[in-house]
Formats: sequence, structure tokens, C-alpha cells
Amino acid sequence: MTVQKEPETILELKGITKLFPGVRALDSVHFDLKKGEIHSLMGENGAGKSTLIKVISGVHHPDAGHIILDGKERVFRGTKEARDAGIATIYQHVTSYPHLSVAENIFTGHELVKNGIIQWKEMYRRSDELLHELGADFKSTDEIEALSVAQQQMVEIAKALALDSRIIIMDEPTAALTKQESEQLYLITERLRDKGTSVIFISHRFEDMYRLASRVTVFRDAKYIGTYRVDEISKRDLIKAMVGRETSEMFPKIELERGEEALRVENLSLTGYFHDVSFNVHRGEILGVTGLVGARRTEVMECVFGARLPSSGTIYVKGEAVQIRHPQDAMDHGIGLLTEDRQYQGLILDWTIGSNITLPIISELGNGILTNERAERSKAKTLAEKLNVKAQSIFDKAKSLSGGNQQKVVVAKLLASDLDVIILDEPTKGVDVGAKAQIYEIISQLAGQGYAIVMVSSEMPEILGMSDRIMVMCEGRVSGFLTPDATQEDILHLAMTKDTEGEE
Amino acid sequence: MNQPELRKISADTPFSLKTFFLKWEWFLLLIFIGINVMNSLISPYYLSVNGLFTATNSFLEKAFIALSMVFVLIIGEIDISVASIVALSSVVMAESYNKLGLPMGLALVVCLLVGSLCGFLNGLILTRFRELAPMIVTLGTQILYRGIALIILGDQASGGFTSIKWYSNFYWGKIGPVPYMFIAFAVLAVIMGFILHKTTFGKRLYAIGSNRVAAKYAGIRVERSRLVVYTLSGLFSAITAIFLVARMGSTRPNVAIGYELDVISMCVLGGILTDGGKGNFVGAVISIFTIGLLRYGLGLINVQSQLMMVIIGALLIIAVMAPHLKPKRRLKSD
Repeated sequence: MTVQKEPETILELKGITKLFPGVRALDSVHFDLKKGEIHSLMGENGAGKSTLIKVISGVHHPDAGHIILDGKERVFRGTKEARDAGIATIYQHVTSYPHLSVAENIFTGHELVKNGIIQWKEMYRRSDELLHELGADFKSTDEIEALSVAQQQMVEIAKALALDSRIIIMDEPTAALTKQESEQLYLITERLRDKGTSVIFISHRFEDMYRLASRVTVFRDAKYIGTYRVDEISKRDLIKAMVGRETSEMFPKIELERGEEALRVENLSLTGYFHDVSFNVHRGEILGVTGLVGARRTEVMECVFGARLPSSGTIYVKGEAVQIRHPQDAMDHGIGLLTEDRQYQGLILDWTIGSNITLPIISELGNGILTNERAERSKAKTLAEKLNVKAQSIFDKAKSLSGGNQQKVVVAKLLASDLDVIILDEPTKGVDVGAKAQIYEIISQLAGQGYAIVMVSSEMPEILGMSDRIMVMCEGRVSGFLTPDATQEDILHLAMTKDTEGEE
Repeated sequence: MNQPELRKISADTPFSLKTFFLKWEWFLLLIFIGINVMNSLISPYYLSVNGLFTATNSFLEKAFIALSMVFVLIIGEIDISVASIVALSSVVMAESYNKLGLPMGLALVVCLLVGSLCGFLNGLILTRFRELAPMIVTLGTQILYRGIALIILGDQASGGFTSIKWYSNFYWGKIGPVPYMFIAFAVLAVIMGFILHKTTFGKRLYAIGSNRVAAKYAGIRVERSRLVVYTLSGLFSAITAIFLVARMGSTRPNVAIGYELDVISMCVLGGILTDGGKGNFVGAVISIFTIGLLRYGLGLINVQSQLMMVIIGALLIIAVMAPHLKPKRRLKSD
């Protein structure tokens, strides 16, 4: 690419601060976007990227700071004002109407109307034009539901173009895409850039950033860390900027002697979801399980825990085959699951911290029939203190805690039961960096105490930093096992390979 | 590693005068007292031992169903087939005595069995087909059970129970001034309240009502508990059937019509909200007496039943609105 004269700045944000009750979501951050630029926005979960997007797109109104568009200060009172100013957002989860046609979705909210009558023909014609421009292989009359996620994203992009957007924000667009689909998205994005559209691209994938962006802005803990030219910053420095420390410090991995086998799963299948999944985990070992969206990791773990019934396969606990038909069976055999969605599956938000922690063991604490509230209280207090939950009293409601502390309560709830195997499904999802480090430390300590740990995670640094062995899944099959000295590329390669014979 | 200093977390039961006195039960108690004052003004005989028990006997027979309805509402569900279960179990009881010639004692057992079976069937359908809504399934069985009662008895009544003295005493008999039915109600209310608040089963019902998915992941056998609760609902409907027939001396397929709404009203006014996991037994019991005595008092001064509906309806609306008014008040004082 030839270097041209410095293009003009189209959007600039200065000293933006956004406060939510009890949280500083953005702390005087800066951001600038040039015309025809692809600008990557990076940072850990909770770093403030999503809030920034919402400020730009008019969803949130900043508490302080200036938004300067085309050299003029602007205040967006709602999403419509931002949209009219030429800013479009394509969200991570596609927000379309699945039962309507492509054209109907593209023109939702700004239908072509003449004398109060919708101009269907014109709308379909314009939609087809836009789709053609994007190189789409489907028609404007197709129903959204019949399209793949990648195609649905294309519809969202067409929608942005139909609105004559000059700034398109893409929030983790590649998260649910295959490699080819991502490549297609890259091409479309580049085409948009070459036509002078500016793109803000949010992604956790470094490859997306290196492939597309010319500059990258990093946020950490709601603060602006810096803006770098992509060809001038190494991945290592970038991670350091995002995490605030070297990756090795983040993961307090303790080297442990591997104990006896605690859990073995053989040829577990659930029709329509996954096939012939086999793995084992030993005491004191952390087995990392990873894969892309749709790899069916969660479903496998739900079957092991008895929340779903597998169609075939055998589960061995300490060498003996066991029948697990309900979560209670799994817990009786010493298997615990920390669910991915803690607010919905892991906690009763209206209940106190204490009642949540002791719910699985009320029978054990009582005499089988009657509850023993005194024993419940002291057990809850011990565990909540052990995990350093930030609360005044065990009578605080679970919903009053932050994400990280809620996660600690769920872990405390697991530890209340007498377990040998702990399955953690995305243990750090939606948790801020500080709490993340604490959760990693807890996981390491648990392994040190002899628990066998299965950690499901989509975050590769976490998998590589914490695991003793790594199992990679792809579309319902185990595509291979890796050792922790593998690279992210090794994992990605397996995560996208459907039929590889996995060898340890 | 720089371990932050571990914080101390209190495990003392929090007590604040404000939340203590903001409890719904106090408000309910006020209404309850108000209604008693009103009733004693209406009738000079009301505020006597006999007068009070006459008053309670007028509504306690259907209040048995409210005891089990509390459980159903706590798990976030609803059972509107209870009145039909009263009809069916009473009809089967009457006919097994009159037509099949079973001894009365055995007929009562049959009544309890039929009621439990009806409840069990509701539970079975709902636990096998989890995507079905309890409201719809029990609406279906509401029609079904009454239909069966109609097939058995047609347009007839099945009676002759006034001659069985020991049985009609279930309703009419007393120990001193205290009716048997009042004692039965008090005993069952204490047992059910104890189960709900002091046993692991009760605590699990609250967990199911608050968040069914989290309850399942905490190892609670949700479907088994639901089955038990619906069976209890059937059993308590049959208990109501027994007292109803003891009072009337006979039964017809169209008895107890509308009981389900009366019973659900009693629970909801007592703070047992239909979204599950909320309320306690004390509130429900106060509310049973509040609504029951209100109706009795209004009946004394011959208030038209239409106006009675308006008053009770308004009371209910206030009851469901109250919890939504509370948080705002708290915010202001914070």
C-alpha cells in the first residue's frame, strides 16, 4: 500500500467519562478515527470497549467529555441521532428479525415510502444492489432465518450501507465465524475502507487486528492506555498493554505431581450435538477445554454433570462406571459444575449470599429432613471468607455483588459440597481483570489441594497459561490434545479442523 | 504473592427496625384487625367465642386448599383444577358409599385417594411435558375432572350423609366451643407451615420458585418436588371435599365452583405472589382469616355479592401493587 497524505480525522472523542451506579465504566478516555481507516479497539472484557461504542452510537450519554464529528462538537441524545449522523453499529449478536426477509431487515425503521405506501419493489431492488456490491451469494427475498451467521452479518453491513453510514462499528464480528467466513468479512471490510468508510473493529483475535487494522487503541480497566500503529507494536507489548502485566505473572500456575485418575469419559455422544468425546482428568491436574463457538464444549460438560442425558457413552469416576442422570447424581459422585451463565444457572440473585452457598448441601448440614440454619450460616461465613468475597454480611443479596464476586460465591457454593472433580465453564467470562487474577489463583490452589479440574474457556491465553493438558474441540468432536507449550496458532488450527485423530 | 488482607464477613442475622416494620404481614394484620372491628360493630354477637367460631366455620372448609396452594404458588406455578378435584372426589366418595356400599370410613379414604390421584395426574403431565404451562394443563383437567363427576352422577345429587352422625360432626361437631374443623385446620396449617419453613423440602421449593434452572444445577430434583406439590394440592382439595359434604349432607357435580379463585386470592393477599419464591406461611394464614371474615361481615349486613366482589377485588389489586410501591419509598429514605 502506498503512503498517502495523512487523511483527515472524522471522529474524535476527548476525555469521555461514563459512570454507572458504583462503577466508572469509562475514565476520561480518548479515541480518534480517520477517514477510510480501520481502527481496532482492544482490551479485556470489562475494559470499557462496549461502553465506548455505546457512547459513540448514542445508546449512552457520557457524563463528561466531548464527541467531535467532522470538526464539530456533537451530542447524541439517542441512537437515531447517531444513525442520522452516519454512524452504524453491527453487534456481536446479530439483532435482526429472523422471520422477515433480507430486504425487510435492511430497511427496518427507514422503509422507502411513497404517499404512505411501502415501495416493496424499490426496496428489493436497492437491497439486491447492496448485496451485489458486498459480493453476497443470497437474495434480498431470502428469509433471515435460512442464512448463516456470516450471511446475517452481511445483511447488517448492507443495512449500514443503506443508511449511508460513514462510520461502521463492528463489535466482535468474527467471534462466530469460520476461517473462510472471516476472510470474506475481511475482504468486505477492506472494500468499505477503500471506498472511504471508516471502521471501528472490536475483536479479541489478534489475527483480525493484524490482518485488517492500521491502528489499534487499547483500553484497560476503563482507562485509555494508548494508540499504536499496528505495524509498530509486537503482540507481546500489546498483551502487556491490555493486561497490565506480563502474561506469565497473570497465571499463578503451580507445577504439581499428577495424582490418580479422577474422571474418565468414554465415547460420550449426544445426538445432534457431539460424538465420541473421550477424555480423562487426574487429581491435581487442570485439563483445559477449548474450541470456537459451536464446538459443543458446554453441552459435553452438561452431560457429564447430568444436566442433560447423553445418548451413549460411559462415565467413570475413580475407575468405576457410574450412572449420572441428574446433577444430584453427579454431585453424589463428587463432580461439580460451575456453569457458564452464573446469573441464570449458578445463582438465585434474590437470595442472600449465604443461602446461595449452602443450597446444595442443606440436607448434609441438617439432619436430612430439617434444616439447620446455624450450621448453614457458619459454613457460608467460612467459605465466603475463604474466597474473599467482597461483602459485609452473608445476608447481602447475591444481586448486589459485582460479576467477579458473584463468581466467587458460585465457587464457594461448589466448594461447599464434597467434590473431587470441578468443571469450570468459562470461569472468567464477564469478570474484570483484577477479579480474573484472583480466580486464576483460586483455580491453581484448588488443583494444589488435589481437585481434578476441567476448565472450559474460549480465551486462549487463559487456556495456555493455566492448563496441564489442553483438549481442543471442533463442531462436536475432539480434534486433538495439546501440551501447554503449544501456541495459539496450534490451538486455532485444531479448533478449525474437523476430523483429526487426536493424540496426546 | 501479595495476598490482600482477608475480610471478615458477618454472619449475624441482620435486624433493622425499618425492614421489620415494613413487612407485609404487619399491614395485613392491620387490615385483619380493622375487619374484626368492623364486624363487631355490625353485629353485637360477633365478638364472642361462639360468634367467632361461627364466623370461621363459614370459610375454613375451602381454606384447606389454600394451605397447599401456598406450596404451588411458591414454586412459581398455579393449579386451577382444585375446585373440580373437590367435586370429583366428593362425588366418588358419595357414590362409593351409596352405590357400592362401602363403609363411610373407607369412602373417606377413597375420597383422599381420588383427590391425590387427580393432583398426581396434573403433576405427571406437567413433569413429563415440561414445556406446558401449568395454567393451561390445570385448565384442561379442571374441565376433565368435573366432566367425569358429571358422567358419574349426571344431574343428580348423592346424599344421605346427615344420618351418619360421626361424619357430619366433622363440620358440625365441637370440643367445647371449638369446632373439629377449626382444630383440623390449625393442625394442618402448623404442619404445612413447618414443612415450608423448617425442612429442606420447603427450602428447596423456594429455590425452585426463585430460579428453577439454578435449583436444578444445585442438585435439586425439581420435577420430583413439583410432582409432590401437585399431589398435595389434590390431597388437600379432597380434604375440603370431606368437610364440604359433612356440612351439606350431600354432593353434586357442580359443587365448589369458583373455589380456585377464592383460594388463590387468599394466598396472593397473603403475600404469596404468583411469580414464585416469595411470601411466607404466616402471611397466608392471616390472609385466609382476613378475606374469610371480611366476607362473613359483609354477609351479615346483606351486602350484595356483586359489591363484595368489588371490595375483595380492590383489596387484591392493592396487595399485588404493594410490593412495587415499597422499593421507591426505600430509595427516598436512603
